[in-house]
Amino acid sequence: MSTDNSSKAYWKDTIALVRNMLIIWFAVSYGAGILFAGALNSISIGGYPLGFWFAQQGSIYIFIALIFYYARAMGKLDEKYDVHED
Amino acid sequence: MGLQAMTYFVVGLTFAIYIGIAVWARAGSTSEFYSAGGNVGPVVNGMAIGADWMSAASFISMAGLIANMGYGGGLFLMGWTGGYVLLAMLLAPYLRKFGKFTVPSFVSARYYSKGASLVAVLCLLAASLTYIIGQMTGVGVAFSRFLGVSNAMGIYIGMGIVFLYAVFGGMKGITYTQVAQYCVLILAYTVPAIFISMQLTGNPLPQLGLGSGFVGTDMSLLGKLDMVVTDLGFGKYTTQVPGSLLNMFVYTVSLMIGTAGLPHVIMRFFTVATVKDARYSAGYALIFIALLYTTAPAVAAMARLNLHATVNKAVMQADGDVFATENSIVYETRPDWMKRWEVTGLLKFKDLNGDGRIQYYNGKSKNAEFLAKVEAAGWKGSELSVNRDIMVLANPEIALLPNWVIALVAAGGLAAALSTAAGLLLAISSAISHDLFKGIWFPEMSEQKELLAGKVAMACSIVVAGYLGLNPPGFAAGTVAIAFGLAASSIFPCLMMGIFSKTMNKQGAIAGMLSGLGITMLYVFAHKGIFFIKGTEFLGLFGGKSSFFFGISPNAFGAIGAIVNFAVAFAVKNMTPPVPEEIAQMVEDVRIPRGSKAVDGAH
Repeated sequence: MSTDNSSKAYWKDTIALVRNMLIIWFAVSYGAGILFAGALNSISIGGYPLGFWFAQQGSIYIFIALIFYYARAMGKLDEKYDVHED
Repeated sequence: MGLQAMTYFVVGLTFAIYIGIAVWARAGSTSEFYSAGGNVGPVVNGMAIGADWMSAASFISMAGLIANMGYGGGLFLMGWTGGYVLLAMLLAPYLRKFGKFTVPSFVSARYYSKGASLVAVLCLLAASLTYIIGQMTGVGVAFSRFLGVSNAMGIYIGMGIVFLYAVFGGMKGITYTQVAQYCVLILAYTVPAIFISMQLTGNPLPQLGLGSGFVGTDMSLLGKLDMVVTDLGFGKYTTQVPGSLLNMFVYTVSLMIGTAGLPHVIMRFFTVATVKDARYSAGYALIFIALLYTTAPAVAAMARLNLHATVNKAVMQADGDVFATENSIVYETRPDWMKRWEVTGLLKFKDLNGDGRIQYYNGKSKNAEFLAKVEAAGWKGSELSVNRDIMVLANPEIALLPNWVIALVAAGGLAAALSTAAGLLLAISSAISHDLFKGIWFPEMSEQKELLAGKVAMACSIVVAGYLGLNPPGFAAGTVAIAFGLAASSIFPCLMMGIFSKTMNKQGAIAGMLSGLGITMLYVFAHKGIFFIKGTEFLGLFGGKSSFFFGISPNAFGAIGAIVNFAVAFAVKNMTPPVPEEIAQMVEDVRIPRGSKAVDGAH
């Protein structure tokens, strides 16, 4: 029974992590890059209008960071719940 | 060395490397053939995914698309990279844990149904075959433009090279060749971009150059470009949107989930040793992809500015008047690169007002103020038509770069097309030999026979792909739309529900796939004809207006198909018998990394 509970908790933590990652994923691409790009364009970053930067540069960098953060955090979760590979 | 000789030398050298790798990495078992033995490291796998992913379209056409679309082109950049976040977090680790060679094998086991597997095989074949036509035509274009051989000859040579390393090497040969191809294509893309960024902004990094000041002025490069294109009647570069914001949003979703659902990409995650490596290799893949994808918008903007500056001298003047007669260059004095590309037909000039000068502007503008200026200047229409592929292919020539850079671009275009073609061929042949032959028709087949079947299927697929490349069917232009539409509306939702729902049953999955696919194809065919046959469009049935569903363009419709897929699947699930207990258990197992083993072919 205890294994069952721990695997439920593991899945719950996994889903929470993925949810948080995808919120950022959505915010930078669909939010900053599309829906609010017009408003953000009045701010300038390194010569770029900010909304344009998110659509053509920024989201990609943040996507990379998200995947590595996720891979590291999942590694820790695997250890914590003792479900990691040998 | 002359340009032609140099190009032969560079392309010949890269081909020799690919063949060398093919000899070294022969596949002796089905495990090596389908998954390279299952022990590819995450960095190497990431590089191979990069080459697999970046096709002739990414290499040759994307920057040109962005140059025309401006800000809205960001949908390709975000769509084709954001899908890797979904892959890394929602699909790759779980499919790797499941431990089978192919996507249909997962569908077959998870939905305890050969019918579901068959539907998945069909979706996979349709998506991969349509995708491969583009690669083969890309090979033909690169050969005929740069090596002076005929289009058909180029395709035969390309088929021969792929045959050597894909048929004998399988996934193992393909993986290591793709690593070499990645290196060639990324060098070929970034070297000219660095030179051009240096020339226009003084900043050698194109990613920063795009945001920098334009040399010789106190304006930023993007500010200058905005000014030039609006002066010439085009939409403002940094804010121009394709259709509506909603269309751009939905289009981006379609490309992202389509990316995550393309079988030849998913398959690459079966080649790594562990679940942990599967997560990381998505990250490494995206780094390697981002090198090109963050350079592309700089290439796009700079090539656009260069092109306008070439034909209208006002662009380079502080307060130049683009309408002044003397600023439009005289056709006879055009630079040599324009002459070379006119021969290929990718660049065309037609002197509409008979003044011997080139006027290049937005001839379709509806802005009254702009049209009045056009009228006053005596312009009778835009006289230059520019194929978008020129933006990358002619880039080094426009910037007067040395011959070896031009030769490198040729080798890079070929590497991009061949590496993607090989990945697609493997997805196709494994679906045929593993899922159809072994999985459905001849379950008793021995490993040796299956390996042979795989190789024969691969050889046949190469012939079919070559044939389609030589005789592109009427729908060649719509291929990207179908491939992404198929993957987004059928495969992605099916895999998602297989992992994240323990209760999704086979009836729900099959009904979902078929309806998602059906509605997407219906929408695409309504615009472009049934199976893309001209004259069979049936927009009239829906009121006759293009993009009739909330202004969403047919290429962007995959996301709507996916929503339909999810909705139908859950509705049907609630009306049909629940999943067997052991399947629910299997889903539990897939969710934890412990106990992952090498991928195998057992059914």
